[in-house]
Amino acid sequence: MQTQHIVRSYDADLKYLASRIAAMGGHAERMVEQAVQALVTSDLGLARKVVEDDAVLDEGQREVDEKAIIVIAKRQPMADDLREIIGAIRISGDLERVGDLGKNIAKRVVAVTETQQPLRLFRGLEALAELALTQLKEVLDTYASRSTDRIQFVRDRDDQIDAMYTSLFRELLTYMMEDPRNITACTHLLFCAKNIERIGDHATNIAETVYYIVTGLQMPPERPKEDKSHKVMLEDMVDD
Amino acid sequence: MDIHGAGEGVRQRLLSARWVLAAAVAGIALVAIEAGADYRIAVGASLAVIAVAAFAPRRSLRERRAEREAEANRPAMGSITAEALAAAVSDPLVIFDRQAAVIHVNSVCAVAFPGLSIGTSLPLRFRAPEMQELIAKALTHGQPISIDYSEKVPVERFFRVNVSPVGDGGDLFAMIFRDQSEIRRIDRMRADFIANASHELRTPLASVAGFIETLRGPAKNDPAAREQFLQIMQAQTARMARLIDDLLSLSRLEMKPYLNPAERVDLKPLIEGVIDALNPLAEDSGVRIDANLGADPLVVGGSRDELIQVFENLLENACKYGRSGGLVEISVIHPGQQNGIDVSVRDHGPGIPEEHIPRLTERFYRVDVETSRGQKGTGLGLAIVKHILTRHKARLTVSSRSGEGATFTVHFPPPNS
Ligand SMILES: Nc1ncnc2c1ncn2[C@@H]1O[C@H](COP(=O)(O)OP(=O)(O)OP(=O)(O)O)[C@@H](O)[C@H]1O
Ligand SMILES: [Mg+2]
Repeated sequence: MQTQHIVRSYDADLKYLASRIAAMGGHAERMVEQAVQALVTSDLGLARKVVEDDAVLDEGQREVDEKAIIVIAKRQPMADDLREIIGAIRISGDLERVGDLGKNIAKRVVAVTETQQPLRLFRGLEALAELALTQLKEVLDTYASRSTDRIQFVRDRDDQIDAMYTSLFRELLTYMMEDPRNITACTHLLFCAKNIERIGDHATNIAETVYYIVTGLQMPPERPKEDKSHKVMLEDMVDD
Repeated sequence: MDIHGAGEGVRQRLLSARWVLAAAVAGIALVAIEAGADYRIAVGASLAVIAVAAFAPRRSLRERRAEREAEANRPAMGSITAEALAAAVSDPLVIFDRQAAVIHVNSVCAVAFPGLSIGTSLPLRFRAPEMQELIAKALTHGQPISIDYSEKVPVERFFRVNVSPVGDGGDLFAMIFRDQSEIRRIDRMRADFIANASHELRTPLASVAGFIETLRGPAKNDPAAREQFLQIMQAQTARMARLIDDLLSLSRLEMKPYLNPAERVDLKPLIEGVIDALNPLAEDSGVRIDANLGADPLVVGGSRDELIQVFENLLENACKYGRSGGLVEISVIHPGQQNGIDVSVRDHGPGIPEEHIPRLTERFYRVDVETSRGQKGTGLGLAIVKHILTRHKARLTVSSRSGEGATFTVHFPPPNS
């Protein structure tokens, strides 16, 4: 009787962690979605809301960390369960970063809307965000279903995001060179694009963690990529 | 009705009404005696009462018995299974328990939300803050609640979601999704259509207006110029008409975001039909279309009309933009059913610079606006293709090297995946 009770509440602990991760994921998805929407529609109110919402994710991460530590200390889990708990800590870390990136996009809305920008630039950004959001959704769905069938697609989409980002980067650069008055707004848009690309990276991290939770193995290494020399890096320009 | 049956019926009636009749006759007799009336009047009245009882229509005992039996045989609610009831609901329906784990989904729901299976934890699948709150509230309050819920990817959808407890125990809950996408999209479509159409129509309209002005003024008496201008104007109006067609077709696709995958389509005759239809265009462009579709049928799930649009667009592009290559190849890579089916359209034209490739499926995106306009292009073709393929869970990949043509490949998932 006693052991059964313990096992049951242990299960409840793990379920609790998973549900907290899901809730964080939902918040992160929503923040990114709304940040990009605020940018495209110049909605300052929505941008402000996104900035405030970030606190929810910070809180979520703290909670997951604390709970995970308590569970480890109390139950001294092994193998599968330990992976589950460590995985939760890692995923909540990634989601918290996704929230930060979303917030960072939202903060730039004011600066971008000061000058009129052509719709074309926003379409590219929207398309990039759609890719990253699809990536994030698929990964979190994988976490829910614990099935790694579709995990390889994550890699494909990662490549797509990179390619799209590179293309946007060039377009924005050209646009800045055409008219120096565009530089301020375009720089902000560049950071936004970079943020979205990094959201995709965090989604890939989560995919790797899910793979590890489910199988106990590291995700198979990437297949060799084609020539990547065209890739334009913006690493040193990135801030937070 | 035969005589015997009728006599039997009268006897039955009188028998069944005997006590009432006796009372009535006694009553009449009493009144007659009291009033000192003629006994003939009393007898007449009594006979009248008996006649009415015998022949006036009344539900017979037998009738009533039959009715009672029918009632007992009428199918009762208890004889329907919960699954059958759920299957009859035309909106996505999920039954879940106190742990918010899925107990049952109806077939509409399995199509609308693939991946929801028995045991799936609902809050893990529906992560949006409002859904989390809805589920938590339903579990604690046990009252019916509704909210608005939207999903953005892979296709934008809007739902009115209702959760209510079902059954007596309070241990099961039903969640129903009423799809509001169409209503919401019609609203947005209007705004979008106006924005897009006005933006894209402005240029050709301005040019037509310009030519009209010239025709009425400086070129009034110049037949050669007139002919040339009229030709350009015709081309411009044709483009505007196409633009409106494309925008409408895109809006229609966006309006019904998910598709019933029940229809099975054989791509082979479908593609052959498209090639036949495009042959005049190919000839005009001096391009030959080579098809290498293999011998086997190529069956995928999806909508025939929409898939025709996909291959029409891809082949048309290959002929228009790859005309300098003179050859367009459409071929099938069919690596066993479990890997799905790949169809690729390859041309040998100038190709597409790498930085443009990821952007091709955006609305109105054109690599070279002038060439595309010259081809009466609207920049919506590939946006439509992408939309259709997303609905089919299929993907489009583009590979190209400048100067070596372009290859557009459609990957269809294996059937029933
Ligand atoms: N096979 C190809 N080779 C080179 N460029 C291509 C090819 N296919 C498409 N493109 C480029 O992609 C752009 C977008 O194509 P899309 O089909 O979406 O629009 P369109 O052909 O301009 O208009 P529509 O198809 O609506 O008539 C084209 O304008 C063209 O620049
Ligand atoms: Mg086209």
